Amino acid sequence: MPYEQRIDGRGFDETRPIEAKVGIIKRADGSAMFKIGNTWAYAAVYGPRNLYPRFMQNPERGILRCNYNMMPFSSSGERVRPGGSRRSKEISLVTEKSLLPVLNLEEYPNSVVDVFIELPQTEAGSRCAGICAASMALADAGLEMKDLVSAVSVGKVDDKLLVDLDYSEESYKDGPVADIPIAVTPNSGRLTLLQMDGEVNKSELMKLIEAGKNACMKIYEIQKRALKEKYQEVEV
Amino acid sequence: MNRELRSHIIGLLNSNIRLDGRRLTDYRKPVEAEHDVIKTAEGSAKVRIGETEVMVGVKLEVGKPYPDNPDEGTIIVGAELLPMSNPEFELGPPGIQAIELARVVDRGIRESKALDFKKLCITAGEKVWLVVIDICPINDAGNLLDAASLAAITALKHTKFPAFDGEKIDYKTKTDKSLELEKVPIAVTVIKIGEKLIVDPDTEEEMVVDARLTVSSIEDGTLCALQKGGDFPLTTEDISKMLDIGIEKAKELRKHL
Repeated sequence: MPYEQRIDGRGFDETRPIEAKVGIIKRADGSAMFKIGNTWAYAAVYGPRNLYPRFMQNPERGILRCNYNMMPFSSSGERVRPGGSRRSKEISLVTEKSLLPVLNLEEYPNSVVDVFIELPQTEAGSRCAGICAASMALADAGLEMKDLVSAVSVGKVDDKLLVDLDYSEESYKDGPVADIPIAVTPNSGRLTLLQMDGEVNKSELMKLIEAGKNACMKIYEIQKRALKEKYQEVEV
Repeated sequence: MNRELRSHIIGLLNSNIRLDGRRLTDYRKPVEAEHDVIKTAEGSAKVRIGETEVMVGVKLEVGKPYPDNPDEGTIIVGAELLPMSNPEFELGPPGIQAIELARVVDRGIRESKALDFKKLCITAGEKVWLVVIDICPINDAGNLLDAASLAAITALKHTKFPAFDGEKIDYKTKTDKSLELEKVPIAVTVIKIGEKLIVDPDTEEEMVVDARLTVSSIEDGTLCALQKGGDFPLTTEDISKMLDIGIEKAKELRKHL
């Protein structure tokens, strides 16, 4: 059966409903939550703080450490065993690389900025949700940033190009599927994350990247609004 | 630093007041227990006590029973002290604090017979339900023990079995069959600092605790589990008072279920 319409009735370039909030974890220096459809990410930032063991310290700049973790009950299938998997380690790595370009860590030699991303509930697009939450949490922590980072997955299901694949689309069986998570720095329009699983040709990929950038601009507005909302609450 | 903090806290406690203005046996506000917060779990809850926030998810699995109890399912409680929730927590396998937390929650449920393990039997000697309870603190602003216990029992109360055809679990299909709670244990941790007894410590108070006693009790006040912690001993008078406070405050927490 050809893929004519999205199961939840969204437009092909439309994301699932998004909810974002900052400052939700009081003990952290910065924190945020980002929900897209049924995928839900928390991020907490600690630091810049002292880095031990000392041999890890860099006297020229601070380092960024990200950790992506799915809570044991966050998968719609079996329980996820606690502790890192190869998958979560790789996602931690690409998350780190997607956030590093917007930070100015020269100011904090020998220090570390820790970003902890926790997913209480997932249904596709969790690394992108984690990156969105993390970049808001970094801003909430008051770190100097050149830009925010917004992320979304784009892809191809059958012959349709779409934004923000859900689980049923990622696992579509009646035709080819490509799943492409990207992260964008909205103001400079550059990509800091690009991964791809599946099959797609070059011209489709270029179109998908454009569609992803457009979606990221909308996500960026939601992130900015959430950051401002925290301070409006204080005024009341 | 702790010595100054300690003498300040004790000074206040001697005039029956806490750092944040509470009385000695007041819980922080709000106390809230929300259930069904996680769609991917068979049961879930998020509890807030003041700024402390803990999430608990329940997953149901089918496994082999223990040979000594072939017609009984069981519970498995795990706690991960997420480094997101407290600057002192580090990544890595559960440390002793996480293990104690999970075991105290486990014993409250197990020893109160909150669940009838025989009702978790599918085929004696072969297949039983395993109830896996995972504790994840979101923000640790003190008193994880009470918050996690309350979240665990709330999540269990609202747990539904997934469809099971005798071979495989279909996690996407939830049935309307609930886990039945026979009893509802509530844990209250009473803290001793100097000569004073308090409940629901915040982060600062936890730093200067002399001793603590976690008192788990059921509806009629029967005790089902205890755990003493802290570096200092307790007198029998202390214990008697702590049990009274624990049982009394449990009635209050019970209303939030």
